[in-house]
Amino acid sequence: MPLDLSVPASLVTALLPDLIVMGGAMALLLWGVWRPEGASGRPVGVGAIGVCLAALAAIAGMAVQGITAGPGPIAIDNFRWATDAVILVGTILSIALADDYGRRAEPVAVESHALTLLAASGMMLLAGARDLILVFLGIEVMSVAVYVLAGINRRSARSAEAALKYFLLGAFSTAFLLYGVALVYGATGATNLTAIGSALAASPPGPGSMAVIGLALMLVGFAFKVAAAPFHMWTPDVYDGAPTPFTAFMAAAVKAAAFASFARVFMEGFGPVFVRWHSVLWWLAALTMVLGNLIALSQRNLKRMLAYSSIAHAGYLLVALVTNTTEGAAAMVFYLFAYTLATVGAFAVVMALAEGAERPQDVREWSGLFSVRPLLAIAMAVFMLALLGFPLAGGMGFFAKWYLLQAALKAPAPQTRLAVLLVITSVISAGYYLYVIMVMFMRPRPADAAPFPDTPAWTRSVIVGAAVLLLALGLYPSPIVRWARSSSLQPTTATGVPSTPEALRITAR
Amino acid sequence: MMLALLQAAAEASPAAHPLAGTVAEYVWMLPLLPLLGFVINGLLSIVPAYHAGPEDVSHDPEAGHTDMAHEEAYEAEATTFHRRWNALSSVVGPLVVGIAFVLAAAIFLAMRAAGPSLETAGAFVRTYGSWMPAGELRINWGLQLDQLSMLMTLIITGVGTLIHLFSIGYMRTDPGYSRYFAYLNLFVCFMLVLVLGGSYPVLFVGWEGVGLCSYLLIGFWFSDESNANAGKKAFIVNRVGDFGFLVAMFLLWANLGTLDYAGVDAAATRLVANGALVTAICLFLFLGCAGKSAQLPLYIWLPDAMAGPTPVSALIHAATMVTAGVYLIARSGALFALAPFASLLVALTGALTALFAATIGLKQWDIKKVLAYSTVSQLGYMFVAAGVGAYSAAVFHLATHAFFKALLFLGAGSVIYALHEAYHHTHREEDAQDMRNMGGLRRHMPVTWALMWAATLAIAGVPVFSGFFSKDQILGAVYGAARHSAIGELRLLGIPGSAILYGIYVLGLVTALITAIYMTRMMLYTFHGANRTGEGERPHLHEAPWIMTGPLAVLGVLTVFGGWLNLPAVLHALGPEALLDRWLAPVVARASATLAGGEVAHLSHATEYALIGAAVAVSVLGIGFAVVRYRGPLLAKREAEAAETGLGAAVRQAYYVDRGIGRYLVEPTIALSRKVLWRGLDVGLIDGVIVNGSAALMRGVAWAGARIQTGNVGNYAWIVAVGALVVIGAVAFR
Repeated sequence: MPLDLSVPASLVTALLPDLIVMGGAMALLLWGVWRPEGASGRPVGVGAIGVCLAALAAIAGMAVQGITAGPGPIAIDNFRWATDAVILVGTILSIALADDYGRRAEPVAVESHALTLLAASGMMLLAGARDLILVFLGIEVMSVAVYVLAGINRRSARSAEAALKYFLLGAFSTAFLLYGVALVYGATGATNLTAIGSALAASPPGPGSMAVIGLALMLVGFAFKVAAAPFHMWTPDVYDGAPTPFTAFMAAAVKAAAFASFARVFMEGFGPVFVRWHSVLWWLAALTMVLGNLIALSQRNLKRMLAYSSIAHAGYLLVALVTNTTEGAAAMVFYLFAYTLATVGAFAVVMALAEGAERPQDVREWSGLFSVRPLLAIAMAVFMLALLGFPLAGGMGFFAKWYLLQAALKAPAPQTRLAVLLVITSVISAGYYLYVIMVMFMRPRPADAAPFPDTPAWTRSVIVGAAVLLLALGLYPSPIVRWARSSSLQPTTATGVPSTPEALRITAR
Repeated sequence: MMLALLQAAAEASPAAHPLAGTVAEYVWMLPLLPLLGFVINGLLSIVPAYHAGPEDVSHDPEAGHTDMAHEEAYEAEATTFHRRWNALSSVVGPLVVGIAFVLAAAIFLAMRAAGPSLETAGAFVRTYGSWMPAGELRINWGLQLDQLSMLMTLIITGVGTLIHLFSIGYMRTDPGYSRYFAYLNLFVCFMLVLVLGGSYPVLFVGWEGVGLCSYLLIGFWFSDESNANAGKKAFIVNRVGDFGFLVAMFLLWANLGTLDYAGVDAAATRLVANGALVTAICLFLFLGCAGKSAQLPLYIWLPDAMAGPTPVSALIHAATMVTAGVYLIARSGALFALAPFASLLVALTGALTALFAATIGLKQWDIKKVLAYSTVSQLGYMFVAAGVGAYSAAVFHLATHAFFKALLFLGAGSVIYALHEAYHHTHREEDAQDMRNMGGLRRHMPVTWALMWAATLAIAGVPVFSGFFSKDQILGAVYGAARHSAIGELRLLGIPGSAILYGIYVLGLVTALITAIYMTRMMLYTFHGANRTGEGERPHLHEAPWIMTGPLAVLGVLTVFGGWLNLPAVLHALGPEALLDRWLAPVVARASATLAGGEVAHLSHATEYALIGAAVAVSVLGIGFAVVRYRGPLLAKREAEAAETGLGAAVRQAYYVDRGIGRYLVEPTIALSRKVLWRGLDVGLIDGVIVNGSAALMRGVAWAGARIQTGNVGNYAWIVAVGALVVIGAVAFR
């Protein structure tokens, strides 16, 4: 059932999941403010999760009905639904963590749930946006909410510092993005990605310098949002300083949304000038993988280590982008799903073991964790192995890397060297992922070590749920991947039409 | 109902095998039954451990290598709870093997009932799913039932049941009782997989599985380091052989494109007879056999394997597992028939091993060591037979050896048990396996004495006893092959093959002589003369309980009458001749005939009588010599004679082989590993340069990263701006 997006009612239908989340966020905000001061935030948290589940149901319904859309500002394809699902799962897990966080020691205002939902709605807009104005809108809705979330712990100086840094640098990079949008509009006269694609394909001698510089500036803006080197500098500081539930939210959902939009803009809009951005992105991917993994090796602070780990994973995901194929996009979404579960799970364990107040946690404090908290240690081992891409015990993580490598090697322009670098840097990453496992399982627990706090119920559910989901989907991952591949994002070719992989292969020859 | 269904299915298939629809369809239950026992006993060994604490809490390492050293430790903590679980193991362990034996016997009867049609129908193969489908490689979980695997199955389950029963008494007081039966059941399971597997890879599963069980059971009392080391030694030495087996399988796959027996038999004709390829395949296979069956030069693990409980030595290291190599060669007859040169090497290795091990047996004091070297020696005989193409003679000796050697080991176990009990009563720490502590036991344990003499006469080759017939058939086959065979026409280092075969025959006779001597010596030291156990212990020496002597008696009957399985033609007056030869003919006759150079040579009756006469003379001579040599004052002496020099000392120390291997193989390897690989490569290059070097590099990067990661937003903005300029430049000027 194709929707005609020029009809307002159809446009509303196309945006139904996003509107559910947006409306839910506003309703919850009002409810939260109306409630007496000091009341438990849990009902609001439950409501927020309910809103996410409703959005998920809407997505499932639309995906099952096979609704499609013609060219317009909003894309309706499985790539969008899959990305939305990843974002919503990440959001649900983060809300659950934030609720426990608020109850435990650091009073976090109930508005945080509404803000999380608002950020999620921006992300979902990003995932479907096929118009540069909508892309910008999505990025801003997402970013402004996340800036606030990073600093929501008003009593913590580190949290405030993180928020301010994120805001300043984020504004700086948004300026690049916005200037890029303006230049691209100036060169092509369009903000719609399809129109931009045909315009770029039509210009006979190749794109003019205005379009090219616009493209480069947008690339910088996206690279900042996904934390690709050398635009990653904010990441460790912000991740370390922000309250852990929102660090998990940033590392998982923000990255997923930014990557989805990055992929859609560059594959659909700038697909015809693939040769212009291909090698820059190649180098960004390589640099990000190497730098992220190498610096992660020397980190002993768990949150900083996970921050560099997330930078490294941005590098792996850029490899999918460099392939510029439908398979690459599908592999990217699958990877984001596995990465989201593992990262949120890992941050959840970090949060569970932090005593009340936020303070930097050293890995070595976890010595002998297995002997006192065996289940947490096992779950953390699963998350670490998943991030490493270890088969079986790492669940989905292995297949995520596997599909990524397959996409890289089977692309019309095979990215063999990048795939080799991906494997090598993954091996390097074993140095810090396995170190955590080694410390937990093989080091004795010092006799004078302080006891760990009890794990709150929701946090426990998040940890168990993420680990079980990772392992279960690791046993039978192929249906998800097949679904993500079908009716997905399709790169525009030099002829200006969305191409099939076969057509791409012919043009590559 | 089930049978009827199966029958219907069998009738529907176009070329129904005569065994289709019969009880043979249940062949898959054979390995699964002991596996079930393993699971139950394994659980039993885990469950009580949680109630009664760790098993070896109070184990005394000073107790030496005596089998029953744990009794005291056990009795202190033995609870009724424990005993109840043990009773369950006593039932389950032997029962599953017993049921497997009954099933095997039923299948055997079905095969007999199938009659001559079975001889032409080929093997009965059943496939239970795909194991390794990879490209063209198709390996299935298939079982193959034919005359050879049937015979092996009967031996394994039959002798296995007896040894399981014996173990009930022997291991009665061991804290690891259920664990013991779990391992023993698992062993039977893998051994059945080994002989019933329908292809080399499935055989290999069993082959490695029995190796694992052997390792576990040799080191059963692992809290004593020497036992654990003995297990490791067996495992490591067998790796050398397994390497050969694997290479042989790779070669088969690469050149024939198939690994199941039926396929290999059919495709073997594509190989060039006498060619380098088939010879290499056979020699690599034989390397595997030499490891598993303890032939020169890989025999060194078997004497050490005696560290395990004695019934284990009887089942694994005498009756079944170590004969797997003989089975493998008989199974691969189609290949060996094409490689007479490899066959000659097999026979020669077997003959040299037989003689070599027999001489070492002459000087051992440990009763189990005597039997261990004797086993190596007898296995040598089997390889001689397999080497000259007399596969049914090899399997015949395998069967009779399973009877009499199991009897000897269990008898020795009975003796050790008695001595241990006696020493336990008086709380003296003495070696219950040293024959210098025995003597005169005939008066205390007459049943064991009589049965062990029967086995000794059998192994020595005294007529009427089973060993006589099988050994005589082997020597006859060698003599026949020397007269006329494909092997005899070869030349090895310029020496005609027939001359070598005559030499092997002579070696066989000499070995028979020595065998008679050392076995008689063992019996004299153990059972005759004055008792040397000790004044205090003597009243406590008594016969083992019926659960142990019962199986001994059954084995005694088999030892005495086992020869009737395959009577030689000249003795047809005694009963039906060559039953086993005819039974195995469908499997091995073609290969035997090919190696014999057309047809197996028939010796004239006069020659056969002469050969039998020589063999009998040699064994009687040996027994007589031993009686004269070891009788008298020696028997009464408590301590060893004066220190020996020269050859005597060399033999006593098993020709210093272990010491030599230690000095020239193990120590240099350790030195190489330690100095070059560990200190040089690992610590120096890998740790020093690569690991620490990359760590230093890392520190550099981290330092640089820390320099850049100032935390200052202005710096970050600068880096973003510079990065953006680089990106714009790269995109614009591409």
